[in-house]
Amino acid sequence: MSTTGTGAASNADTAQATEQKTQGSFAARTFERLGMLPVLVVMYALFYGLTIYFSDDGTSNFLTSGNNMNILRQVAINLVLACGMTFVILTGGIDLSVGSMLAVAAVLGMKVSMPEATPWLALPTFVIAGLACGVINGTMVAYFNINAFVVTLGTMTALRGAAYLLANGTTVMNTNIPSFEWLGNGEFLAVPWLIWIAAAVSVVSWFILRKTILGLHIYAVGGNAQAARLTGIKVTTVLLFVYAINGLFSGIAGAMSSSRLYAANGNWGVGYELDAIAAVVLGGTSLNGGVGSIWGTVIGALIIGVMNNGLTILGLSSFWQYVAKGVVIVLAVLLDKWRQQHNAAM
Amino acid sequence: MGQVVLEMEGISKRFGATRALNGVKLTVRSHEIQALMGENGAGKSTLMKVLSGVYQPDTGIIKVDGKQIIINKPADARAAGINLIYQELSVATNLTVAENVFLGSEPRTRWGTADIGEMNRRTEEVLHTLDAAFSATTPARKLSIAQQQQVEIARALIHKGRILIMDEPTAALSDRETDALFIIVRKLRDEGIAVIYISHRMAEVNALADCVTVLRDGAYVGELTREELNPSRIVQMMVGRPLGDFYQHKGGRTPGKLTLEVDNVGGGKVKPASFKVHAGEVLGLAGLVGAGRTELARLIFGADPKASGRVLLDGKEVDIKEPLDAIKLRIGYLPEDRKGQGLFLQLSALANTAMNTLQPNSRLGVINHPALRKLTAEAISRLSIKVSGPDGIVGGLSGGNQQKVLLARWLAINPKVLLLDEPTRGVDVGAKSEIYRIINELAAQGVAIVVISSELPEVIGICDRVVVMREGVITGECTGEDINQERIMTLATHDVRVAA
Repeated sequence: MSTTGTGAASNADTAQATEQKTQGSFAARTFERLGMLPVLVVMYALFYGLTIYFSDDGTSNFLTSGNNMNILRQVAINLVLACGMTFVILTGGIDLSVGSMLAVAAVLGMKVSMPEATPWLALPTFVIAGLACGVINGTMVAYFNINAFVVTLGTMTALRGAAYLLANGTTVMNTNIPSFEWLGNGEFLAVPWLIWIAAAVSVVSWFILRKTILGLHIYAVGGNAQAARLTGIKVTTVLLFVYAINGLFSGIAGAMSSSRLYAANGNWGVGYELDAIAAVVLGGTSLNGGVGSIWGTVIGALIIGVMNNGLTILGLSSFWQYVAKGVVIVLAVLLDKWRQQHNAAM
Repeated sequence: MGQVVLEMEGISKRFGATRALNGVKLTVRSHEIQALMGENGAGKSTLMKVLSGVYQPDTGIIKVDGKQIIINKPADARAAGINLIYQELSVATNLTVAENVFLGSEPRTRWGTADIGEMNRRTEEVLHTLDAAFSATTPARKLSIAQQQQVEIARALIHKGRILIMDEPTAALSDRETDALFIIVRKLRDEGIAVIYISHRMAEVNALADCVTVLRDGAYVGELTREELNPSRIVQMMVGRPLGDFYQHKGGRTPGKLTLEVDNVGGGKVKPASFKVHAGEVLGLAGLVGAGRTELARLIFGADPKASGRVLLDGKEVDIKEPLDAIKLRIGYLPEDRKGQGLFLQLSALANTAMNTLQPNSRLGVINHPALRKLTAEAISRLSIKVSGPDGIVGGLSGGNQQKVLLARWLAINPKVLLLDEPTRGVDVGAKSEIYRIINELAAQGVAIVVISSELPEVIGICDRVVVMREGVITGECTGEDINQERIMTLATHDVRVAA
């Protein structure tokens, strides 16, 4: 019996030690909270320095309030898409069709906005078209149990084709769009509506994920689908929701880009899915699901935006920009992985 | 008899704080079938993984033909003539039989390509000695489980294996296939191969073994020769350990009214099964791993579809189609695989314990975090869970604390019935006794509890009544004095086929 006693004591000790390790020091916790924010700050400072160094008159045209607004406006559409993508990736899924959904929504919305159609219905059309596309994805993933990559690879291709067909292969243009012109070109309190919308989408997403039952269920399904089912979570409903809201956000993004450019065509949004996924991953959300946050996604989208903007101001060719973007994404994720392992090991 | 080909002495192996093997010895002779027996977790599989190079022992020596050898990796074991056939067969179904037999060691033609002709010829030879009913060029996907096993045996023979380890080879075989396998195993023995046969089926060991080595709790208990072989003695060696008052024995608990009635529930491998549990009663569901106990619990809980039968709660038939239905009826199920099926390792203690009580603690779908935080803090102190607080991530907790987090989740629904599947698996001794204390408290509060456990002393120590299953069938029930190791083991392993 005495051996049992010491065994229990030593076990308790190890348990306590493990728990101390898990909680870590205050600094480590703060570091984990901040996530990729330091990377964003460092990158911002770096571009500030570089633009001064390479400028003729010793002033930076990077750090100006005008350019900051520019960065945010350029980030807006990707951020809206990335928020939707965060929902999907948190469940361990992926959605490759966001660019195509955006195109379908944009073309349909612009067609409805034509004077001979029903212009006042344009805005709802964007949103509902996106939502409908998302529901198609969600139904196939949740109820037919098909792999998300395969489903959305299919809809990415099919919806792209549908967008071209709906636009008759040309660009649908309409400069007279009073019902939603404000969205892409107006301002509110001296801040473009594009930025307000992106901020609103981020806040709504954050609220759903952090404050509601549904949000907790999304994390649970992504963390452990089997356990989620045994805990009475309706896994299929959760999956349907994440793809649907991702479609909805794609529709909103479609409205934003159509309004900004007074046009839409079947080619809109090609490759946007990759920028959205990059923002989510940069933000520390695990592709395996269950771990991540909207806060991280916002940082991730800003990192991409700052980099695009800074490299352009520095006058780097777009080819080099692609190379730089790819390298930074991989490096940043590597850093994140190292940070997490370091945390776990401490 | 044969001469000693393999000796293992003083083998010890630790995994963290768990001592999996502690000075184990094993002697194997040619022309002999050496059975290796022990309860689940006794260390049989670990010992064989040491022998086949999957694990390296902390201490101990391995001798082949009297010469000490070091086995650092599976290839070393194969070079020494040691071949292990796992319970989970590793046949690549997209290849032919011959390709499987030579996988990774294909003979080459002078052009460097695989010599298919040579492979087929040598495979045919070996298959002939095994009396196999298929040929070298048969695609492996057309083979039954028993035939795939023969492919693995052929692989061992091609590699000039002299020591063949078979880990629970009959687990997935029918009676006829088992008989055929026995013929092959005996034939191999007669040809001089030393066979190590791992099983916990008494009847098989009785029919096949020339000698038996018994392990218990990672330690060597003894070796019996053919003449000494006697089922009740082996059972005693396998389970014989003092119980003490570790289990805080129930001591005159009186069951209340009938709470859960399972009437002919079947599905999957579970044949229609019936049993009853009363309020305040702890019912044990005993049997060997794979007897269908977990499957039966999952059927009751609605995790898998029922093929037959009905479930009655408080005398009324209830319709449980999915886990959510069961939870609404206040039936809880603690799964055996805590990490795989129970916990959300990346989430906080709060999220993990509150998962079933989100509805009452929310408004319009928005969670009332302060209320849940308070409830979680209460549960943490009530079950003395060692975690930094409601926001502590459960992935970093010890096994015992993780299990208590899961228990807290089910206690939160104020359960009428709790199905606990291996509630103390992988949990240290201290946490074990705390879990027993919680089970006792719940029973005292009138919860009807079903405990599935493969640890006999645990079943005997905490259960008021024990139902035993074997191969998907309930084979008997023990009450009072009948709740003892011999009786339960007999019901769990009794094999009509060989006894007849």
